[in-house]
Amino acid sequence: MGRFHRHDDGTVHSHDHDHDHEDVHSHDHDHDGQAHSHPHDHADGEGHDHAHDEALAELIGDHSGYQTGRERIEVLEDIYAENDRLAERNRRAFDAAGVHVVNLMSSPGSGKTTLLQRTLAQLQGKVRVGVIEGDIETPLDAERLGGLGAQISLLNTGNGFGGECHLDAPMIARALRDLDLDTLDLVLIENVGNLVCPAEFEVGEHAKAMVYAITEGEDKPLKYPVMFRSVEAVCINKMDLAPYLDFDMDLFRKNLTAVNPLARVFELSARTGEGVEAWIEWLSSRTAKPVG
Amino acid sequence: MHEVSLCRSLAAAVTRAAGTRRVEAIHVNVGQLRQVVPEAMAHAWTFVVRDTELDGAALNLTSLPAVLACDECGASAELGPELGFACHTCGSAQTHLSSGEEFTLTAIDVSDDGDRRGEP
Repeated sequence: MGRFHRHDDGTVHSHDHDHDHEDVHSHDHDHDGQAHSHPHDHADGEGHDHAHDEALAELIGDHSGYQTGRERIEVLEDIYAENDRLAERNRRAFDAAGVHVVNLMSSPGSGKTTLLQRTLAQLQGKVRVGVIEGDIETPLDAERLGGLGAQISLLNTGNGFGGECHLDAPMIARALRDLDLDTLDLVLIENVGNLVCPAEFEVGEHAKAMVYAITEGEDKPLKYPVMFRSVEAVCINKMDLAPYLDFDMDLFRKNLTAVNPLARVFELSARTGEGVEAWIEWLSSRTAKPVG
Repeated sequence: MHEVSLCRSLAAAVTRAAGTRRVEAIHVNVGQLRQVVPEAMAHAWTFVVRDTELDGAALNLTSLPAVLACDECGASAELGPELGFACHTCGSAQTHLSSGEEFTLTAIDVSDDGDRRGEP
């Protein structure tokens, strides 16, 4: 997998990579204060230039000059592992209760909450829905979702300075205390409005989906490929505004296909309800229990 | 944007690995698609570890390129800024990233003079 940059002599060290595609290279580095250089071949035949980022090293303090009994310990610990373990535990809880979970992500103002509102109204009496509401403006958003037959668990992510930029697995685990999973078929997670961070954290969902407003332009899939690539479905919202905008749907779809060729796309207006049926059908078809 | 929380997780992992020894430097591999800003990370690290056991430990980040591997033809290519996630060789949509999503504490440099720290 080539995950770690490890040399033949067993040392693992850090430096910036410049790909120059030569096969052999050499570089200097410090071992216990003793400098030496060694040329070596990469197994994959790909070469790198090694340039220490001195400005960065200075910024954070370069201590390589210390002569004390210094020793390197290999660790290889995935920093996301703890979150991923908890996400897996969440998923097991969902599976044990036969609940399907969709993590809904978007930028702020794309219409997640309006679409949720409409989705809950349409599923009322057919699919038993729970909502984990994690957007920063939660008290307001949660009020809009009341009275539609769904269980709602509120995550107040707005505490502290500025609020959280994403939901993670521990937060979802906390939110589950307010949901009775055994009485639900589907859980929708409204993530924090943000096109970057939410894509980085697994929370135990079965699928990720996006709400995208045509007011956001055509280029965002290329600017935020990580999120657009992570989803199974994209709801293209605010289609009722199409007559007033220059939104180029073909270009948007081309950009989306470039980063995520397999995503399902639903063109809809959460405000008017037009086109929402296909989204509802997609959601319903994913729940384990037949919708009647 | 979540560099602070990443640094907290990182600090916890480093502390576990170091035990009582003084940590001089830590080495972290970050995949290009992890959306981590190195300067923000460096800044967050300095204030997350300030006045803790890890105060002064240098953070060394290594950026790993995003590499796309094709499930159909087996081709492998580095992801460019403008290229999509379809296979660059055969055009197949069935691809996966063989590199670029790492966020790994690979090693720490420790010394035994743990007593020096915090001395007046």
